[in-house]
Amino acid sequence: MSNTTEQVRKSLKARYRSEKRFRAFGISAVAFGLLAVVVLFTDIISKGTSAFVETYIQLDIHWDPAELGIDDPTDPEQVNYADYDALIKAALRERFPDVEDRLERRALYQLASSGAGFRLRDQLQENPDLLGTIQTRWILADDDVDMFIKADAEDRQNTRLPEVARPWVEALERDGHTDIQWNASFFSKGDSREPEQAGVWAAVTGSFFTMLVTLALAFPIGVAAAVYLEEFAPKNRYTDFIEVNINNLAAVPSIIFGLLGLAIFINLFGLPRSVPLVGGLVLTLMTLPTIIISARAAIKSVPPSIREAALGMGASRMQMVMHHVLPLAMPGMLTGAIIGMAQALGETAPLLMIGMVAFIVDIPGGPLDASTVLPVQIYLWADSPEASFVALTSAAIMVLLAFLISMNTLAVLLRKRLERRW
Amino acid sequence: MKLKATLAGLATVLAITSAPAVAASRDTISIVGSSTVYPFSTTVAERFGKGGKFATPKVESTGTGGGMKLFCAGVGTEHADMTGASRRMKKSEFDTCQANGVKDIVEMKIGFDGIVVANSAKGAAYQLSLKDIFLALAKDVPNADGTALIPNPNKTWKDVNPALPADKIEVLGPPPTSGTRDAFNELAMEGGCAKIPMIKAMKDTDKKKFEAVCRGIREDGHYIEAGENDNLIVQKLDANPKALGIFGYSFLDQNRGKVQGSIVDGVEPTFDNIASGEYPVSRSMYVYTKKAHIGVIPGITEYLAEFASEKAWGDEGYLTDKGLIPMPKADRQAVAKSVKALTLLNGSAL
Repeated sequence: MSNTTEQVRKSLKARYRSEKRFRAFGISAVAFGLLAVVVLFTDIISKGTSAFVETYIQLDIHWDPAELGIDDPTDPEQVNYADYDALIKAALRERFPDVEDRLERRALYQLASSGAGFRLRDQLQENPDLLGTIQTRWILADDDVDMFIKADAEDRQNTRLPEVARPWVEALERDGHTDIQWNASFFSKGDSREPEQAGVWAAVTGSFFTMLVTLALAFPIGVAAAVYLEEFAPKNRYTDFIEVNINNLAAVPSIIFGLLGLAIFINLFGLPRSVPLVGGLVLTLMTLPTIIISARAAIKSVPPSIREAALGMGASRMQMVMHHVLPLAMPGMLTGAIIGMAQALGETAPLLMIGMVAFIVDIPGGPLDASTVLPVQIYLWADSPEASFVALTSAAIMVLLAFLISMNTLAVLLRKRLERRW
Repeated sequence: MKLKATLAGLATVLAITSAPAVAASRDTISIVGSSTVYPFSTTVAERFGKGGKFATPKVESTGTGGGMKLFCAGVGTEHADMTGASRRMKKSEFDTCQANGVKDIVEMKIGFDGIVVANSAKGAAYQLSLKDIFLALAKDVPNADGTALIPNPNKTWKDVNPALPADKIEVLGPPPTSGTRDAFNELAMEGGCAKIPMIKAMKDTDKKKFEAVCRGIREDGHYIEAGENDNLIVQKLDANPKALGIFGYSFLDQNRGKVQGSIVDGVEPTFDNIASGEYPVSRSMYVYTKKAHIGVIPGITEYLAEFASEKAWGDEGYLTDKGLIPMPKADRQAVAKSVKALTLLNGSAL
């Protein structure tokens, strides 16, 4: 037995211990990360799920032409501007005839959402025969009623529904005249000041147009830059300088790109504020470095033997790149592009400067209509005073996360499917 | 060949994307300005858009100062048509407007907003005077015999006023960039320090120092800047019943049951008390319009008319549900009339 073996044996225990410690650190780091994700998701899901459904109250609507102020049902002008709220008010008075005090009546009228009248208008426009009949209809409730119905029995004390209105809502609930239904308008409408009428669709289309512009510009420019730098550019001081700059740009805070966009695209080129075109241009600048870096990595991973074989068979460098290198590098480039796009989809800071942080109700029809994007919608709702917007905020976060997760899954699938190993 | 095709393609993409932008004229009203006015201008915008005749105006929340900058940048469709402000336009801002060709401005006062000092509804409501607020939050306060200014030694509310509880002073409020903070400094802090004879005497001798002393907020951790998000302050108060928070009345109104407003100088921050002007910490809100854009952008006069209608800003109008405190009826009528006539803002009155 030599001295060395003795020493090794002595230190063995300590070395095993230190390895165990190191593993424990690793596991606890992973566990902490997972815990944070689980806490975040449970918080968002527990807060947000209630926003996917909303409360309706059942009322007998009398489509009274006199109350509506319609004397000629064939005149679309008249049908459009008739007073549909009056029908709901009349139906509420009918349901609760004991309420006579003026202020109490006002509280009574507020049980229905201020947008409910517009839905009645749509129904009458679709079916003019309704005029003069009495129909049972589910009317969208105000957000205060919604919060009250959704709250647990002991939490109801703390909701915002006025004291006098509580017995009415409880009566409606007892008679089975309240119902919680799927909130379809959340996925088909734009922003609203009334939480029960607000939707994410305008923000989703805004995000779509912004991403479209970003993809259309960032991907070709990024790939072209990467191909040139990898395959054609000489290695000298200038290309080194460009490379350092691209790597630095990837780490520039995104608000800077917003300021740049404001100065160049809006002030210099005179493009309009708050439009997806400008948003897309700014996000292009932001994602370009990411795309260039990943595209260069993808091109580098194509073995040199393929290039040499192509050149050896008499292909020009252009043909070598177009026919061999690009197709083989494409999966890696696409993955990089998708990750860059996912990053751009979640940006708010650069859009603040170019006016996309705005209240937009109308669904944008193209990249030149004023619009907002999903993360901005989340920010705006988080900042609104109405308590119901808390649930809507979480619901919008869930929509955004769904998009991000599907984009990242697509990136993983593409890589798995198309990647070739040598 | 392929490279040429790619280049040609790129050129077309650029041409397509930039050509219509230059020609595009705007048919939606563009509104910028204060985050305090934002809930009201958006509510009116939404109702206005649902009327069906005009597109829904676009409203950006940029803060009062940021809104003025955009509004005064010039005349033309690329500039905003209106701006909301949680204070009156300053003379300097008016001059910038004039210098950039924005000559004719229509001013519309829309109502009041109260600033409340609130705590969690789980605790007892505070009874504060403006002087208490100043002594609790000022950077420098007079020493015991009132001869000199010393850094604020008050740690608990009991130190400020023996009638208050012995809880640590912990106030969550807006940062200096916020219009709410400006108004709070001017109305609450300055109002409180004018009650202290020693500082009041300073007002006549050294006005600059008076303002600096009155508006200086302590930076030793008792005043916590909680960002521009008032909802966040409400949530933090709910979690920490010993803390107080400073925010706009509309957030108190929307979060009843969670938070309660402190009584200031014996007046509760209620709708009626702010409307009557009894509550000491309240401010006016304004909307400014460029006259040169009327007729160029469709719907501006109609939007102003909707804003200045009784069903919007009246005592029972839909804006009161959003927390607007209306002006007295006579004032409303006067403002509505002057807006209808497009009376121009006179720079010398600022």
